[in-house]
Amino acid sequence: MSEKILEAPDTVQNPVEQATTELKQRFPESLSDETRPGYEGLIVSPDKLREVATTLRDELGFNYLSSVTGVDLIDDNKMEVVYHIYSIEKGGGPIVLKAQVDRDNPVVPSLVPVWPGADFQEREAWDLLGIRFDGHPDLRRILTWDGFHGHPLRKDWKEPFYEEDHKPFGSRWPGGGVRRAEELNPYGKNVQYPPGWVPTGDEYEVETDLYTGLTIKKDETIDLKTEQVTVNIGPQHPSTHGVFRMVVTLDGETIVALKPVMGYLHRNHEKIGERNTFIQNIPYTDRLDYICSMSNNLGYVLAVEKLLGSEVPERAEWLRILNVELTRICNHLWALGFLLNDLGALQTPMLYFYIERELILDFFEALSGSRMMCNYMRFGGVAYDLPDDVRGQPTLQFLDELVNERLPRALEQGNELMTGNEIVQARSIGVGYLSPEDAIAYSTAGPVLRASGIPYDVRRAEPYSYYEHLDFDVAVRYNGDIYDRYLIRLDEMYQSLRIIRQVLPYLKETEGAPIISGKPQYALRVPKGGEAYARVENPKGELGFYVTAKPKGSNPERYHVRAPSFINLTALEKMTVGHKVADLVAILGSIDIVLGEVDR
Amino acid sequence: MSATSSGAGATSPEIVVPDELANNVVITNIAKLLDPVYNWSRRNSVWPMVFGLACCAIEMICTAASRYDLARFGMEVFRATPRQSDLMIVSGTVTKKMVPTIVRLYNQMPEPRYVMAMGACASGGGPFKEGYNVVDGIDKFIPVDVYVPGCPPTPQALINGLIALQEKIDQQSIATVPWYRKGDPTAEMVPVPVLGPDLVDLRQLEIIEREAAKAKAETAETAESAA
Ligand code: SF4
Repeated sequence: MSEKILEAPDTVQNPVEQATTELKQRFPESLSDETRPGYEGLIVSPDKLREVATTLRDELGFNYLSSVTGVDLIDDNKMEVVYHIYSIEKGGGPIVLKAQVDRDNPVVPSLVPVWPGADFQEREAWDLLGIRFDGHPDLRRILTWDGFHGHPLRKDWKEPFYEEDHKPFGSRWPGGGVRRAEELNPYGKNVQYPPGWVPTGDEYEVETDLYTGLTIKKDETIDLKTEQVTVNIGPQHPSTHGVFRMVVTLDGETIVALKPVMGYLHRNHEKIGERNTFIQNIPYTDRLDYICSMSNNLGYVLAVEKLLGSEVPERAEWLRILNVELTRICNHLWALGFLLNDLGALQTPMLYFYIERELILDFFEALSGSRMMCNYMRFGGVAYDLPDDVRGQPTLQFLDELVNERLPRALEQGNELMTGNEIVQARSIGVGYLSPEDAIAYSTAGPVLRASGIPYDVRRAEPYSYYEHLDFDVAVRYNGDIYDRYLIRLDEMYQSLRIIRQVLPYLKETEGAPIISGKPQYALRVPKGGEAYARVENPKGELGFYVTAKPKGSNPERYHVRAPSFINLTALEKMTVGHKVADLVAILGSIDIVLGEVDR
Repeated sequence: MSATSSGAGATSPEIVVPDELANNVVITNIAKLLDPVYNWSRRNSVWPMVFGLACCAIEMICTAASRYDLARFGMEVFRATPRQSDLMIVSGTVTKKMVPTIVRLYNQMPEPRYVMAMGACASGGGPFKEGYNVVDGIDKFIPVDVYVPGCPPTPQALINGLIALQEKIDQQSIATVPWYRKGDPTAEMVPVPVLGPDLVDLRQLEIIEREAAKAKAETAETAESAA
């Protein structure tokens, strides 16, 4: 017995290493190590990609495809697709697979047959980088529109208001003035057209592809003649939670097929992010999932800290956790308010929940200067220390009252009013079911995944910040329906309160300690270059940032966001088919999307 | 000026009102009365459209919710259809993909109608101005009445903007408002832009053709000089 324990450290290998060795043995010809300094993972020859992926999923336990990133390696004249694959059971880091293809004719086999969750992500890579995925069932543009000119994330593609490749632009700093970009554009607007293009009117039929497969079908075999109709819901619709659109085919009131259409809020986060300096991107991350700016900040900052190799002082870590968990409560209050609204409890629960949310926002405002767009985290720490007082109360006392009295009371009240409510139960139990297998296959994350019985939480699976020192449970529910997705958010808020209660004493203890390592710097350069991927458990699910940089670079070369709301939507059709159209709104509400993140 | 303040106890040199009736009789003429009544009723029942675009919409919802309570200004009736709304709050980043829908919604709103550009994005593109899919200000397509600065504007700022709109309404006169006059360009339908290789504003077709010809000539020239 004791011998075994002594032996253990040698034999127990990190699951990633173990799987990598195993993979290399199986596919000696088609796998090679990444050789670029600062990069990691395995280069796969594209023709074997699907086989390698299947082996990983079925035999090695790496069954969760988290993110698919297209990269334009313009210097090598190549296109690259990076896959981050995790193991739900074992936790820990990813296996990173990279497929590189010729830049002029980039074709990669699609992984949709292995993981349906790759669907939207591959479409995104096709749309923005022009990488074609062989065998993809529906390879259309997703964020821009059919007929859009070019693939905007390619390094040599220039937008209408293009000035320079990287900021700060010479025209503005140092010494420059400001010119309005409109004055330099012949149209006075943010538009450009290919040379020689003359509008003829034919170009405008941009949506013909969308409706194929969704045409009207008549069924005259039964006595009652029925007809299927295709309906557009959104982009301007009060219950699509923003500018989201769904094209649904209905048989009576039953949903037969559904296609989400997005991109109505595509704000070119990644293109702008690749022009910005590292620090300029922090406020942009605020605007990804604009309800949770604090936790978006954290994800991005963690990724860049990996590149910079910065240390974070203790007090800063506690401040980060405090804010991130408050953000989680904030988000779930918002999400539940809207979900209940969608279920028919028009506004009342929402208004009750928002009273408490406003208190958290007051704290954020006192702390960072802004209610929503906090822009609070910095590389190596945070921007500000706790304020002296919030709403006329000493800060720690305010927080103490908030987490020990006000919030628990509000949750209790909401719980009592809504959880047992007959209408809520009737409309949500058994509706929008997602099986655990599908939840993994569709790459869902966060409350959607955990409500389907998969206890996977990045804070536990691959702990960051000080989460390993904290005592909390990963909330999990097993029925995978709307009701469970409602309950799990309540559970998570209780867990967040529990975490904050543990953090508050540390904040008192470390008062006056530094909140950022080194001096705050603005013109940061990464010393060695390379790539970094960091993920955090955002209230909506796993938020990942993939950042690459050149040695001594001050701007990201490639900057990609794994947006949980976007990827969670892949499972929407699966959840809705067979339900009534009225349930669609509730199912969408239970996924909790935010369009800033879906469309980026 | 509100309608009531011009009323009670007003006097006129031609008509003599007995003292005991002075508090109950208003002497005015129709032109003086109509505008205040017309404006007073409109300014206190502005119905905004439920129409959230981006982050600013969250603050708009907060403005309407528990703490800030827009109902105090007669604006709590958010309508989901443009046919019933008076005010379109463009709350967030306007993208090229979305702008045809916004213009169509604007065209569907019955007059009198007002547009408010809420936040930096709707006013001029904001932080995302340089993006390839972003419209640099909704005023490039539809006329805007009030701009509210901020990113996002706080609920207080939005309420301030709405009060500014009420003040604007107060100053309007039924005789000069565009929607009762023939041929006023501000009261017309705005042509809905279309999506081609980029966003096409149909009012700019001429410039597009001219520029296309120019670009073609330039590419031909460079090809020639290369040869
Ligand atoms: S102005 Fe700021 S807060 Fe408003 S939509 Fe634009 S980025 Fe978001």
